[in-house]
Amino acid sequence: MNINEFIRQVKNGEIDIVKHTQKIIEQCKKINEEHNYFNTISAELALEQAKEIKKLLKSKDKSIKGKKLLGVAVSVKDSICVKNVESTAGSKILKGYEPLFNATVIEKIIGEGGIIIGKTAQDEFGFGSFSVNVGLGFKIPKNPIDKERTCGGSSGGAAGLAKAADFPHIALGESTGGSIAEPASFCDVFGLCPTYGRNSRYGLIDFGNSLDKIGPVGKTCYETALLQEVIEGYDRNDSTSLNAKNGNYNTFLKKSLKGMKIGIIKESFGEGVAPEVEKNVRKGIDKMKEEGIKAEEISLEMPIKYGLAVYYMIATSEASTNLAKYCGMRYGAIEKLEGSFNEYFTKVRSSSFGAEAKRRIIMGTFARMSGFRDAYYIKAAKVRTLIINEYKKTFKKFDALASPAVPVLPPKFSDIEKMSPLQNYMLDIMLVSPNVAGLPHLSVPVGYEKGLPVGMLLTGDHLQEGKLLQLGNVFEGN
Amino acid sequence: MDIDRKLLEHVAEVARLNLTEEEINKFLPQLKEALEFFSKLSEVNTEGVKPSFQPVEIKNVMREDEPKECLSQDDALSLTEHKKDGYFKGPRAV
Repeated sequence: MNINEFIRQVKNGEIDIVKHTQKIIEQCKKINEEHNYFNTISAELALEQAKEIKKLLKSKDKSIKGKKLLGVAVSVKDSICVKNVESTAGSKILKGYEPLFNATVIEKIIGEGGIIIGKTAQDEFGFGSFSVNVGLGFKIPKNPIDKERTCGGSSGGAAGLAKAADFPHIALGESTGGSIAEPASFCDVFGLCPTYGRNSRYGLIDFGNSLDKIGPVGKTCYETALLQEVIEGYDRNDSTSLNAKNGNYNTFLKKSLKGMKIGIIKESFGEGVAPEVEKNVRKGIDKMKEEGIKAEEISLEMPIKYGLAVYYMIATSEASTNLAKYCGMRYGAIEKLEGSFNEYFTKVRSSSFGAEAKRRIIMGTFARMSGFRDAYYIKAAKVRTLIINEYKKTFKKFDALASPAVPVLPPKFSDIEKMSPLQNYMLDIMLVSPNVAGLPHLSVPVGYEKGLPVGMLLTGDHLQEGKLLQLGNVFEGN
Repeated sequence: MDIDRKLLEHVAEVARLNLTEEEINKFLPQLKEALEFFSKLSEVNTEGVKPSFQPVEIKNVMREDEPKECLSQDDALSLTEHKKDGYFKGPRAV
């Protein structure tokens, strides 16, 4: 059912929202048995919200009329705090942590009548592209189209559920270096990573503070735009929140593409890119051409050549400082208080962080240590400036840039095991630079090959999410 | 810069991580490979370039310093068993 039709039926009582919510919670449990998309299903909160909506409807409360998400199920990446619901960011070190407050985006969703159904699976703290780096004791989510393959990461549970759920549902993901667009492309759904600062990060369990963005993942471009519209806006609780005008995406979704200029990133095709991926992305570009865009090949030197190195230096540096606060006190995992400060903290951290978390903490600590800081961390921050400058120059000429989201089809778990960490990182080549530059980007499903989905990446200038959704909307119902 | 076993153990200690023998043997070549790749940043000329510590420039974000309600002491202490007399209880300092 179309989401607007669903909301209409909830409003006029044709759908009993409590019964509906009970039903979808059961469906979520069933989907989860097979695919592991949830770390926690928040049945209690969801039913409580549904009952509240029913009560307001019954009392003919006027405020209910304008609610943009009334009764719509929203799943939340585990790294985003939901009050009184276990929020672990997929890490053993936060096992048992039930936040005392809601993230700003959650407050907004609940305020618009969205029903929080649970916390979705992810790589520990977002450290990965396949959701296989889940924390100790967590389950790995599986691709909704082929269970032997990854659903991508780190917002893997979000994208998998967006595809698998056959009830009205939109997922909330988070991207630091591609963690929305990549799983969206592997699961045949839309994933929008907004401009850095567009959506409040208050209540997000940090990975890299200058890189983290919360964003929507949906089955359709419309639903993706709808959730983005609900969650965006300035927040005084987030010092890097942008004081920008809201996107007004509905008007963009109705606009024709005539006259839009798209730059096709030359380096994103050819060597290292699976021919099946290239073929479908080119088909996607042709489709936009039929709708009236003008396309031109362009070259992006700095972002392609150095984006990955810049990203991993900055992301690991920031992650290593963020993760310093997890030490078995105050909240999350604790152990028996024994030994000195250092002995206790080291014991808790060593037994609670997974392998990739340890690797990244070490890499980031190294990059920030005196003697290495200038050569690695500061150098990366300077090259980051050059990357941003090159994009800014490019966007003087183009409305958006197009490339494959990921150079390969969703890999099998058995093949992922054989990759070294660096080989794994290399697959993020198209995704890290827009993240480094804080640019909005949208993964759009453009086709299937060998029964597997291919995603096209559209990247725009700061605060130009509207144009990306306008372009993406052509692929609605693809 | 090459990372060797001694340096890896030192970095781990700074980061409050105790690595097992197995982890050291696994991480060392992986970190070497990654750092070698990241070292290619040194070939970029960044003379006169300012570092970006965030991607979208925002300046002088200020707000009025108004007292507001915040977490109560009881709430703040409610997420751990390690507490005493209204304070968090930590491991011994000396």
